[in-house]
Amino acid sequence: MTEITASATATGDTAGPGGATTGSGAARLQARDVTLAYDRRVIAENLAVDIPDRSFTVIVGPNACGKSTLLRALSRLLTPTSGQVVLDGKAIAGYAPKEAARIVGLLPQSSTAPDGITVSDLVSRGRYPHQGLFRQWTSADEQAVEQAMAATEVDALADRQVSELSGGQRQRVWAAMALAQQTPILLLDEPTTFLDIAHQIELLDLFARLHHDGTTVVAVLHELNQAARYATHLIAMKDGRVVAEGAPREIVTAELVEEVFGLACVVIPDPETGTPLVIPRASRD
Amino acid sequence: MSAATASSRRDADARPARRTGARLRTRRRAIILALAAVVVVGFVLAICLGRFQLTPLEVIQAISDRESFAHQVVVEWRMPRTIAALAFGAALAVSGAIFQTLSRNPLGSPDIIGFSTGSYTGALIVTIVLGGLVPVEFGALAGGLATALVVYALAFRRGIDGFRLIIVGIGVTGVLAAINVWIRLRAKAEVAMAASVWGAGSLSTVDWAHLVPAVVILALLGVAVVMLAPRLRQLELGDDSARAHGLRVEPSRLALVAVGVALTAVATAVTGPIAFISLAAPQIAARLTRGPGIPLAASALLGAALLLGADQLAQNALPGVPVGVVTVCVGGGYLIWLLIREARRR
Repeated sequence: MTEITASATATGDTAGPGGATTGSGAARLQARDVTLAYDRRVIAENLAVDIPDRSFTVIVGPNACGKSTLLRALSRLLTPTSGQVVLDGKAIAGYAPKEAARIVGLLPQSSTAPDGITVSDLVSRGRYPHQGLFRQWTSADEQAVEQAMAATEVDALADRQVSELSGGQRQRVWAAMALAQQTPILLLDEPTTFLDIAHQIELLDLFARLHHDGTTVVAVLHELNQAARYATHLIAMKDGRVVAEGAPREIVTAELVEEVFGLACVVIPDPETGTPLVIPRASRD
Repeated sequence: MSAATASSRRDADARPARRTGARLRTRRRAIILALAAVVVVGFVLAICLGRFQLTPLEVIQAISDRESFAHQVVVEWRMPRTIAALAFGAALAVSGAIFQTLSRNPLGSPDIIGFSTGSYTGALIVTIVLGGLVPVEFGALAGGLATALVVYALAFRRGIDGFRLIIVGIGVTGVLAAINVWIRLRAKAEVAMAASVWGAGSLSTVDWAHLVPAVVILALLGVAVVMLAPRLRQLELGDDSARAHGLRVEPSRLALVAVGVALTAVATAVTGPIAFISLAAPQIAARLTRGPGIPLAASALLGAALLLGADQLAQNALPGVPVGVVTVCVGGGYLIWLLIREARRR
């Protein structure tokens, strides 16, 4: 990860390193026929998903469609009851946890900041997979933390207590912790949920910059128009199945939105980026 | 390592913010050093002071002069008792720090969630029901571990949730306390009396024979704590983050629980239940150092200082009162304050 400049293009749809990614290219991270369940409640059966390398993949779908569950499986938080998640051709369950954590990072939906912890202390904890019993803090760790804080623009807050920060700042700090892990693949579980629109865009722009600089980004997002704008590869899920996947321009149609979300709409080009923009139809009464 | 310091020095020049971070770390280090100094001074004072006062020089002479009465006082009475206070205080505090961190709640301490009460039950069963066939320490150890197992099993549901652990623990404590009363009521008066003395928690009966094996075990547990500490710091972030960072969450938590239970059980087996050190020391240490989280080293030092202080109070100001009673009285007030504060927060 080199210096990240603020002038980098913010839209993930332009042909960056992720370029043409329609799911046919190489995929380091794959879910192969996974069945996902909490106890006996089955969320998805025989689900097969490839995450194209260097893509900004966004998973969308209605509530309870299994999109977060899929992300949990991809990030080793949930073990499939059958099938397997494969990383670089090898079952991810066969990796030492720290080894896998050096390749696949995750920004979870919720985390807890210990009382009194400072921003830099918290970001440092993202270096755990790079440390061992006898390999303690090094200059490489220090550098990774500095870079992560610079990329998320929290470096000015380095010595503030996390508990004093606003929601938007705090989410950037959590993102910095995930970045400090320095993984080529980064998973994001609804990273913008509790943020206002300005902070949502700010964070998505940050992830788009990461993608531009070569990281494979996989995000679960609620907002369809944001997904269509930032994704290079879109996966639409419903009832634990993949309904459609591909570049947003190719797959986001009024029919698909109707099928997946049950929403009557028109789809027009986004005046800013030309990506599909979903406009719900006015109700008839 | 030198590269790291060099780069951080360069950053200190570039950004003044870095220097405040260093200041915060310096503050934490200063507090640890201050607490260590308190422990050392406390140790020296505890050896010198008492009804039979000695200067430090006389203490050194007494150690070598095996025939003197001072030797008896220093080596046979004061030293084991003082070392016990420091070692067990540290053990109880670290145990409390581990459980409070895992349960994310100060009330998750081993003395609140029943491990000490369980140790007492074990001790009572051994002394009264089995009539002293097995050493009381063994009963206490088994009782504490069994209680921890029961509480953990009852509170386990797809992992351990802090609040459920506390609720289950307080429930189990209630049941065990009732059993303890029942056993004592059935016993002969003098046996019940002896058991009650043990149950109050005291350092006055500690001698080298009991202390040495306990301290050796505690030292081994201390090594385990140092090795497990980074895992505890990951678990603080929540299970999802910890797992995403490559931590094996459930085995790590189980190992920490096992070490935490063992720390309390070993201390309790020798002294009887001493309440509130594991509740109060980590909380005070966290407030002194201002985090992050509940610091282990500061908790250990503070626990050592607290128990030594309470025992000196018990010995010198309140003769005949066991140290367990002192910590209950002081800690009880602290617990009430904590409960009120928790209740207001919800």
